[in-house]
Amino acid sequence: MARPLHEPGVVLDGFRLEEIIHQGGMAILWRVTREGDSTPMLMKVPRIGEGTDPAAIVSFEMEQMIMPRLSGIHVPKFIATGSFAAQPYLVMEAIAGPTLLSRLRHLPLPYDDVADIGVKIAEALDELHRQHVVHLDIKPSNIMFRPSGEAVLLDFGLSHHDELPDLMLEEFRLPFGTAPYMSPEQLRGVRNDPRSDLFALGVLFYFFSTGERPFGESERLRGMQRRLWRDPYPPRKLRSDYPPWLQEIVLRCLEIEPAWRYPTAAQLAFDLSHPEDVKLTARSERLTRDPFTTVLRRRFNKELTSPRPRDALSDQLALAPIVAVAVDLGGTPELNDELRLTAGRMLAALPSARLACLNVLRQARLTVDMTLDEDGHNKHIDRLVRLKDWAEPLKLAENRLTAHVIEAIDPAGAILEFAEANRVDHIVIGARHNSLMRKLLGSVSAKVAAEASCTVTVVRARP
Amino acid sequence: MLIAFFADIHANRQAFEACLAQAYGHGAKRFVLLGDYVGYGADPDWCLTKVMELVDQGASAVLGNHDHAVGNPNERMNVEARMAIEWTRGVLGLDQRRFLESLPLSIMDGDRLYVHADASDPKHWIYVQSITEAATSLSATSAAISFCGHVHKPALYTMSATAKMTSFTPKTGAAIPLTPGRHWLAVLGSVGQPRDGNPAAAYLILDTTRNELTFCRAPYDTEAAAAAIRARGLPTSLAERLLVGR
Repeated sequence: MARPLHEPGVVLDGFRLEEIIHQGGMAILWRVTREGDSTPMLMKVPRIGEGTDPAAIVSFEMEQMIMPRLSGIHVPKFIATGSFAAQPYLVMEAIAGPTLLSRLRHLPLPYDDVADIGVKIAEALDELHRQHVVHLDIKPSNIMFRPSGEAVLLDFGLSHHDELPDLMLEEFRLPFGTAPYMSPEQLRGVRNDPRSDLFALGVLFYFFSTGERPFGESERLRGMQRRLWRDPYPPRKLRSDYPPWLQEIVLRCLEIEPAWRYPTAAQLAFDLSHPEDVKLTARSERLTRDPFTTVLRRRFNKELTSPRPRDALSDQLALAPIVAVAVDLGGTPELNDELRLTAGRMLAALPSARLACLNVLRQARLTVDMTLDEDGHNKHIDRLVRLKDWAEPLKLAENRLTAHVIEAIDPAGAILEFAEANRVDHIVIGARHNSLMRKLLGSVSAKVAAEASCTVTVVRARP
Repeated sequence: MLIAFFADIHANRQAFEACLAQAYGHGAKRFVLLGDYVGYGADPDWCLTKVMELVDQGASAVLGNHDHAVGNPNERMNVEARMAIEWTRGVLGLDQRRFLESLPLSIMDGDRLYVHADASDPKHWIYVQSITEAATSLSATSAAISFCGHVHKPALYTMSATAKMTSFTPKTGAAIPLTPGRHWLAVLGSVGQPRDGNPAAAYLILDTTRNELTFCRAPYDTEAAAAAIRARGLPTSLAERLLVGR
């Protein structure tokens, strides 16, 4: 095999090598330019030669298969690829700035900062999962941020694409990943569960908010395997001022059993952006680890911890949507009953779905609105109470239900904005019959149905 | 260029027509036929005439075990298959029987191999249904991409330069890049008698420009195909299995 010439100034398929940005164990990153193209670009060239780890080659092959299939703001834009027959490489958009690794020396970060970063990464993960990919190597050095704030996920060399052959799985049958962040099921060779990424994110949250890694840094299989039965110290034990809502979120991400974690990244993002609505279970108060008997049971009962067959990735996401129902508290009881019936049917069929109940508190356009009504009640609180009362007959577990009163001038706009910001999958909204209000104001449901980027169900009460 | 591949048509006119229409719609310009044009189904005459017409227009076609059995009563088969072939013998004309006899067991087309079953021993019709059998078949050829049928369930196998095997159950409609430097074996689902639980007819499209494979499904009128089988007095089990794809 001829030695490829890699030095500054060399031009490969139109790309001019400028300088080496990073030399990793598996690949070298070059800054490259192309005539007439001002996009900042980098070229990833795998280290191939005698003694190369075969995993490095296969991992590069996987990245070559997956990257051209990804799109959106949360991944570097794919530009070109060169085949193994000639010189393998991958050219992609270069993202400016440091990776999340640069924050390590400032740990622990303030709790709100962790939640802020967390929402962004969870949104990026949700986007990736919807494109059929489980990342499987979520860690600070694979996360960057665009100047506009969105998280960008890097390095798909260990990723699993649900619609492509998984070369890593079949060829090695060994767990691949980064030791401190690897989920228990990943250690057992499961590569197609999106909740593995939520576990890694839980490790990152724990680390960033306490300064300690929940499972240490052991790279040895034995040390890593402890996480199959041994849970980490609750963060509150390390920092007495640790907020219960954050501990609830972090420990739920770190559950050993994937089904006990958040069902989707979108639902995790939802909780991170509404800390006041997080249901505080026993997890949130814990100060000690699981008792020894529990650990022993996990350690020696293989049945409990053996990986189970899973649905396809897209099916898993489809089973756990975020449904938003817009309730007009001034509407007719018939319509509100019908709305509840419709929402109830959806949630009954989908045990992992969650419901966000919305009510828009309309603000006057010109006058300064008084928060207190004539009787001195706080309108906002009053609405919240009535919204929860509307949802009560659904008998939903607290962690599946949230209530939101939004103050806005334009109700349809407010509902659409909420849906967008919270990655809502399905909006349920009532339509009034020909009323004076509708004639004067136009139909809120029609605007929502026309402009939403997700599915909308318009509910009517029979006259 | 797009090449459409069809395997195990099995005299199912409704299924074959649906696949052809869909493949033309996708822009397929060439056709490869991987054997078993007859047997099981009700329209061997129509299906074989269509296959011969495609071959006249430049399509490649190889021999399948049911095609071989038409002229060879000693070919081993189960009861239903044997009954269908006995009936088929009385339906096909001289030209059609000569056409079947003229078909090769395999065709090498550039870096692609077309064969009905396992490539290491084509005339013994060995099923490729596991990594081991796929490895045997792949080791027997220098072709970068092999295509076969016979199993009636779609699958994709790949062997790396270091002879490591990977298997994959393809998702309908998702293009799979065939990365160079490794060997690929596509096992096609069946046009005329799918057995993977999905009654829709199965075929495959290769995009030679992008070097991508797409496993496709064409829904068709299974009731009509089943009714035709019953009307010919063929075993009813052959009709019923079409409705469920088993």
